[in-house]
Amino acid sequence: MRKVMIGNHALSYGAKISRAQVIPAYPITPQTEVVELLSEMCANGEMDAKFIKVESEHSAMTASIGASATGARVFTATSAQGLALMHEVLHWAVGARTPIVMGNINRAMAPPWTIWTEQTDSLAQRDTGWMQLYAQNSQEVLDSVIQAYKVAEAVQIPAMVILAAFVLSHTSEAVELPEQGKVDEFLPPYEPEYRIDPANPHAFGGLTGPDGYFELRYQIQKAIEDSLPKWDEVGREFGELFGRKYGLIETYKVEDAKNLIISSATLASTARTAVDALREKGEKVGLLRIRVFRPFPSAQIRSILSSVDRAVVVDRNISFGASGIFYQEVKAAVYNEKNPPPIFGVIAGIGGRDVTKKDIIDIYEDIMRMDEPKSDIIWKGVRL
Amino acid sequence: MPEKTEKQIVFDKVKDTPPLAVSLYTMDYNKTGSWRNVRPVIDYEKCTGCMTCWKFCPEPAIDAEKYEEDGKEKYKPVIDYEYCKGCGICWVECPVEGAIYTEEEGE
Repeated sequence: MRKVMIGNHALSYGAKISRAQVIPAYPITPQTEVVELLSEMCANGEMDAKFIKVESEHSAMTASIGASATGARVFTATSAQGLALMHEVLHWAVGARTPIVMGNINRAMAPPWTIWTEQTDSLAQRDTGWMQLYAQNSQEVLDSVIQAYKVAEAVQIPAMVILAAFVLSHTSEAVELPEQGKVDEFLPPYEPEYRIDPANPHAFGGLTGPDGYFELRYQIQKAIEDSLPKWDEVGREFGELFGRKYGLIETYKVEDAKNLIISSATLASTARTAVDALREKGEKVGLLRIRVFRPFPSAQIRSILSSVDRAVVVDRNISFGASGIFYQEVKAAVYNEKNPPPIFGVIAGIGGRDVTKKDIIDIYEDIMRMDEPKSDIIWKGVRL
Repeated sequence: MPEKTEKQIVFDKVKDTPPLAVSLYTMDYNKTGSWRNVRPVIDYEKCTGCMTCWKFCPEPAIDAEKYEEDGKEKYKPVIDYEYCKGCGICWVECPVEGAIYTEEEGE
């Protein structure tokens, strides 16, 4: 069945069709519609789930951890300041190995108060251990929630499905709703090995000294590494069942590409149209879209970058004092290669400033005129 | 509830360690009574057996002891000093003046 829906509702339907059982959530613009629809579906019986109203995002995440620790499938969603307020317990969710799936709407951080899109809110959480997936359209948002549960529950690590504020969260698109029966087959109920059970008491997260903590952290890293092939496997299996295949990365016209545009989320969709326009002008250019940011698909990126002359990473985010965050990670992935291509880092679209097809074409043509990257940041669109 | 156990499991290598910080048994081996510097004492002359202290105790440090009186089943709180940390919550929450009093440890 096809249904017209906004990106936020694609998250809600993703949670519904994944049979989420507990949804502790707190509303925040531009995420509100996600939990509004979920609360309605819990109230009218469309969903067999418990919606928990909480007093803050910190509580939303702590309730999510508690519910997940009992073996329930848990969904929540937030954005920007709300995600930042969760920061402490994002670490807890990973350490407790609770495979929660959370929607995050990329919104720029305050001050000044703002609600428009930028990726710095979620990227600032990159070292918490949460897996992060950046979606480019509403169909991918819905499909990714289902896949995120499958991967998260297999490796016992929580996952964020991330979408751009307004550009995606409030834009209506036709979305194919998968059949419930087929989703149930793809995503069986969650059965954790360890769970809170009064009949079988254990202490969870008790004080652990230097003699035990290191091994637990090592296991988190191993689990996230194990998820790398899983994202591709699960994306392939999803494709076989539902006709839409996904992976850690998506490539477009890279086979014969000499130069590469690298980006993520909705910016990558715009970049795809720019690639078409540049190809018409005779440019041998391709697009690499990084869909999964944590775990970082270094091997795939190395393999694609090994055959190009230069690459430009377009970031809608910034690590103050350094550079664009995807740019840092791409450079780090290829640094030890024999002859890595020069990689240019562009920062564009901060605070939701529009990035058009023409902007991406300009970025590409500008970097083609440069001999080498002279600084870590090439600003695009800031009024200097 | 299963019996209290005094068994502590120490994990040797990663392959033996559970993926999360979880004890394989209860934490009863961890006798927290040694942390105590204030000792709550119940005055059974005043205690009404309301069990408020038992409900609020954050540790397994107050047991509910069953007894019979006038053919009725009743309960009274009994402090287990092997686990009582001396947090004083029972003393604060007790609704009866003086039914729980505190002594400095070692007195």
